[in-house]
Amino acid sequence: MYHKEKSIQVKNSASALYNNLGVLRIAPRHLTYFTVVHANVVNMVSASWDGLNYSHRQLQSKEPNVATSTSLIMQAAFCPLPSRDLLVVTSQKGIQMYESDGSIMVYWHALDTPETPTAQAVFARGISAVRESYICVGVSSGAILVFDVPIKGSNITLSEVLKEHKESITDIAPECSGQPGMECIADLVSADDGGNLYVDCIILWKGTVVAGYGTGQIHLYEAVTGILHAEINAHARWIYSLDIAPFSGLLLSAAEDSLVRVWHLTMTPETNSVEVAHLHNECVTDTQICGAKFCDGDGYAFAVTGYDLSEIIRYTQS
Amino acid sequence: MSERTLPLVFINLGGEMLYILDQRLHALNTSDDNSEKVMNDIVGTMFGKDFMDELLKPQQLYSHRTMKTVLTRLAHASIMRLNPASMDRLYELMVMAFKYQVLLCPRPKDLLLITYNHIDTIREFVKDTPVVGNKVDETHRKIIEIYSSLPEGEFQLLRQTLLIFFQDMHIRVSLFLKNQLQNPNGRFALSTSGPVPYGMDVPGLIRTFDRKGREVRRSEFPTGGSYTSPIRKGCFELHGDRVIRLGMNMYTVNHPEETHTSKAHSVKVITDDTPNLLAKEELNLLARLMGSMKADDMPKTETGFQINLFTTDQEEEEEPLFGVINIQAMQDEQAATQLAQIAGQFAEGEEQPENLSSSKGDDLLAMMDDL
Repeated sequence: MYHKEKSIQVKNSASALYNNLGVLRIAPRHLTYFTVVHANVVNMVSASWDGLNYSHRQLQSKEPNVATSTSLIMQAAFCPLPSRDLLVVTSQKGIQMYESDGSIMVYWHALDTPETPTAQAVFARGISAVRESYICVGVSSGAILVFDVPIKGSNITLSEVLKEHKESITDIAPECSGQPGMECIADLVSADDGGNLYVDCIILWKGTVVAGYGTGQIHLYEAVTGILHAEINAHARWIYSLDIAPFSGLLLSAAEDSLVRVWHLTMTPETNSVEVAHLHNECVTDTQICGAKFCDGDGYAFAVTGYDLSEIIRYTQS
Repeated sequence: MSERTLPLVFINLGGEMLYILDQRLHALNTSDDNSEKVMNDIVGTMFGKDFMDELLKPQQLYSHRTMKTVLTRLAHASIMRLNPASMDRLYELMVMAFKYQVLLCPRPKDLLLITYNHIDTIREFVKDTPVVGNKVDETHRKIIEIYSSLPEGEFQLLRQTLLIFFQDMHIRVSLFLKNQLQNPNGRFALSTSGPVPYGMDVPGLIRTFDRKGREVRRSEFPTGGSYTSPIRKGCFELHGDRVIRLGMNMYTVNHPEETHTSKAHSVKVITDDTPNLLAKEELNLLARLMGSMKADDMPKTETGFQINLFTTDQEEEEEPLFGVINIQAMQDEQAATQLAQIAGQFAEGEEQPENLSSSKGDDLLAMMDDL
């Protein structure tokens, strides 16, 4: 179903962090941007679709002052909004927002860090663009920061702090039905550290929540009611990444067990049911996968990163 | 990231160090008295109350340089003296062994079982000296108290922090290569078969439910691996069967051959482009840790003995492998000086490093010699 393409070499290896691969497709310029986090650095690659041109850039985590030790980055993700695309980088010290090519940092938000370290680690994790002009970022305290993003410029403001969760946020996802203008019943889904089943990856698609667990299971729920549609014993180790191709309903899951799996979700609106079928496996030998994303809305191609690997592996439909 | 890594790092790395020292001391026909004294002195210092209390404070995991400095000091808490080349090799072995254990750890919480495997063996090493044995037990109890109640997510964060610490290290270890745990390119072998971790289900099943929660369909899918049900749960108490074998002593008397390390051909030397000034916090930690290794734990006798852990032919033909330290030495001499000064303050019974004031341009490794 898929075959392996030429990998993209990256300056550093990927760190073992959830969702450690960002992908942004710039159709008008026939380019795709990729981001991979390595400790306190974000490696950006801009790849032309003809496979001939690659350009690299590195972004560092911002330090409030020189005297403190380096701040590790938890996540880097693209936030596509109708008016502009931003790259959001979250770390132990705060949240940085850049223009999507990484050229200019447009906003910095410092997290409240205590003077002496407490047992509770402080960091931001879980990034999502929501509706027309908001970016939501999760924090280790369990809060979700909602930023208001203007059409252009750097006048981004923190407009609200949502305090529904008590535990560290692991992931946030927007409703991505792929149909602009459609009424969304739920805008955003967020997951946290607490509870017996540890959710680390989450997706919201056409009113269905897809959650990836530390037990290697994937659960599909109806967003509004919480009713469980399906349960998949998907992986033999912790799931690190989930992605959906909104136009085709293809689902991608990747885990520490070295496997990437492709599934197909079908909605039957009449019966309000969801079906899931397994389509394909790819094994990245001797690698704990930490990021896997589709490169386009149909799921024609996807890319994968792994801990200690300095390349982005790509697969395309045969 | 996680603020609770240090105690686990020291117990596990320290444990690996003791395994290697124990094996080498026996292989070199060291007297039983000397061997026992070395082990007791190191374990006594490592599990000393002040040192452990410092480690247990919530704080960041710092650089390899700091870890190595403290571990060197721990090794020299005994009457044994290691030359710098031996210490370098020792550190490489320790780190690669722990990296393997963390990477293959089935569930994040099993990091504790790996730690307890180390503690169990350490307890065996000092079983004839109750004073030291008590210190080990006391520390074990503290670890159980602090870590047992942490949620799984916290352990995964801890594990991720450790994996960043070990990133890009692909030093080949002969024992791992021989047992096919490691590939010739230095990367560890990850299996897609065998038992799944405790608490997980074997992959391959999709279950669909109706709106009332009743299962309406089951289907199977090919997993690309061959997985089996989990084995029983390990014991997280002071004593018990840990079940998982990671963290147990690989260097038993059945493997009398020496374990050595080598650089894989394709491995690029780690270059750290960011200016790695030893941050004030890191220096403070170093000073506190060194200070907490009590003076009365230090050997009073002058009759130390030199030990060359690994054969000299090996050293002569291989260049220093731990490229990180060499490169950083060029970039931040000021930090290196500070490091050596702190280390030098605690050099009991050894001559104070005279050349510190004119240390500009000196190799960091030369300064470490003064420890």
